[in-house]
Amino acid sequence: MTRRSVTNVVMLTLTGACALLTVSVMFYILGYLAWHGASALSWNFFTKLPAPVNVPGGGMANAIVGSAKLLLLACCIGVPVGILAGIYLSEFAGHTIASVLRFTVDLLNGVPSIVIGIFAYTVIVLPMHTFSTLAGGFALGIMMIPISVRSTEEYLRAVPSSLREASLALGAARWATITRVVVPAAFRGILTGVMLALARVAGETAPLIFTAFGNNSWSHGWSQPTASLPFMIYTYAVSPYDDWHRQAWAAGLVLVTLVLLVNIVTRLALARKMPLSR
Amino acid sequence: MASVGTVHSGNNVNLKSEQSVDTPQRFSLPPKPSVTADSSLRFKISGLKVSYGPKEVLHGIDINISSNVVTALIGPSGCGKSTFLRSLNRMTETVRTARVEGDILLDDENIADMDVVKLRRRVGMVFQRPNPFPKSIFDNVAYGLRINGHKGSLSESVEHSLRRAALWDEVKDQLHKSAYTLSGGQQQRLCIARALAVDPEVLLLDEPCSALDPVTTAKIEELLFQLKPSCTIVIVTHNMQQAARASDFTAFLLEGRLIEYQPTPKLFTTPADPRTEAYITGRFG
Ligand SMILES: Nc1ncnc2c1ncn2[C@@H]1O[C@H](COP(=O)(O)OP(=O)(O)O)[C@@H](O)[C@H]1O
Ligand SMILES: [Mg+2]
Repeated sequence: MTRRSVTNVVMLTLTGACALLTVSVMFYILGYLAWHGASALSWNFFTKLPAPVNVPGGGMANAIVGSAKLLLLACCIGVPVGILAGIYLSEFAGHTIASVLRFTVDLLNGVPSIVIGIFAYTVIVLPMHTFSTLAGGFALGIMMIPISVRSTEEYLRAVPSSLREASLALGAARWATITRVVVPAAFRGILTGVMLALARVAGETAPLIFTAFGNNSWSHGWSQPTASLPFMIYTYAVSPYDDWHRQAWAAGLVLVTLVLLVNIVTRLALARKMPLSR
Repeated sequence: MASVGTVHSGNNVNLKSEQSVDTPQRFSLPPKPSVTADSSLRFKISGLKVSYGPKEVLHGIDINISSNVVTALIGPSGCGKSTFLRSLNRMTETVRTARVEGDILLDDENIADMDVVKLRRRVGMVFQRPNPFPKSIFDNVAYGLRINGHKGSLSESVEHSLRRAALWDEVKDQLHKSAYTLSGGQQQRLCIARALAVDPEVLLLDEPCSALDPVTTAKIEELLFQLKPSCTIVIVTHNMQQAARASDFTAFLLEGRLIEYQPTPKLFTTPADPRTEAYITGRFG
C-alpha cells in the first residue's frame, strides 16, 4: 500500500472509532440509568412526595413539578432575551459592536454555573430573604442566554441575503423583513439551539444549591424553595442508603427522558408544521 | 469627437418623441406603436454618482428612461450596471458603505425625498438568481400585498399576478406547495409575479435570465413584451442578443460611464461610439 492509502485507512478508522465512542458513551449512560433506575420507577415515583428513610413507597412528584417550573421560567427569560440579542447581533450590530458582544456572550457562556448561582443568590435570594423557584429559574435562564444568542445568530447568518433583498425590494421595512422572512427561514435552527440550551441547563445542580435550594414537600407559587430533579439526585446519591441510591438513578433516568421527549416532540412538530425545507 | 448619439459630459440624452429645436436631440424613437403611444419620461436621472467607500463606481450618469418601453443596460461585468439599477429603487441603501449623489426623478419627484417603502412599491425588482422565499407559492406572491396591508381578495390578486407572469397554468393546482419545488425558470417567473403583485409602475430586472436555459429565457422575454403596456421595464443583461430582441432602447455602460444610449436597432446596427461597436462585436468585455 502507498503511504497515502495507509493514511486514509488509519484516519478512517480513527474518526470512525471516535464517532462510535460518542454514540456508545450516550447509550452506556442511558443503559446504566435504566439498569439501576428502572427498578425504583413506579407509579409512586411520579405521584408521591419523598418518604423518610426506611419508609418505602416515596416518590419525587414535587421534584418533577419543581424542575418543570424552573425550566419553564428559565425559558421565559433565556429564550426571548437570547433570540432578540441573536437577532441584534446578526441583523443590526456593526462590525465592532458585534465582535465585542460576541466575545462577551462567549465569556458569559464560560462563567462557571456556580458563579451564576451566586449571582442569582445576591440579586434575588438576599432581597427576598428566601430561596425560591424564581431565583432558580432566573439562574438557569441566565445560563440559557449565551447558547441561545450564539445559535440564533449562526442560523440567522445562514439565511441568504438574497431573501432579505427580495423582501426589502418589495417595500418591506427592515423589521418586517426580519420577522416575516429571515426568522421564519431560520426558525427550525433557532428552535434547535433553544432546545440545546434547555437540555444543557436541565441537569444543572450547582446554580440551584443556593437559589431554588430543595424542599421535601410541595412548593407553592414561585417564591418558596423548591425541589428539583438534579438537586434530588445530588442529595440522594451522596446519602448512605441503598434505597435512595436507586431513587437517584431513577431521577436521572426521568430527567434524561424528559429532555429527550421535549426534543423529539419539538422536532416532530416542526417537521409537520414546516414542510418547506430548502 | 462629438459624434451623433455619443454622450458628452454635460449633455443629457433625452428620449422624447416630439423633437424640439432648442434641446439637443440625438435620435428619434423607433417606429413601434407601444413607444409612440406613451413616450413620457418615467425617470430623469442627472449627475448620478455612486461610490462604495472610497471607490466611485458610477461617475455621473445622465439618462432619461421612457415610460412603457423596455430599456436594456449592457456593458462588461463590473461596469456598474447592477449599481445603477439598484440606485433606482434605493436598494443601494442596503449596502452600508454606499453613497449616492445626483438626482433621480421618478415622475418628476426626487426619489431621495420619497418614503422608501412607497418608492419600492412603485419600483419593483427582480434579481439575477431566483430568490423565492421558503414559503408556499401563494405566500410568495401574497407577501408584498400582506406587508402593504392589502384590502380585498388576496387570492384574486395572487391569481392575477401569476397570470401576468405567465405562470398561473403551471402552478394553479399547487399553490400551497413550497416555491422550492418549482424549476429555476418557474422560480424566476414566480419572483416576477411576486414583484408584479404590488402593481409597480417600473420593473427592474438584473440579469434575470443568466441562470436560465434558452427556452425559459424566451418565455421571460415574451413576458416582458406583454408587460410593456402596464409597466416600464429596465433590464440589465450581458446577453447582447437578448438586449437586441427584447428592448426598445439600449444603454451601454463602460467603467461607470454612460457611453451610448440609443433606440436598440440603431445601437446594434450603427453604433455611434467606437467603444460601443467594439463591445457589441465582441472585441472586449
Ligand atoms: N456591495 C459592494 N461593496 C463594494 N463594492 C461593490 C459592491 N457592489 C459592487 N461593487 C463594485 O462596484 C463595481 C460595479 O459593480 P456592479 O454594479 O455589480 O457591476 P455590474 O453589475 O455591471 O457587473 C464593481 O467594481 C464592484 O466590485
Ligand atoms: Mg451585476
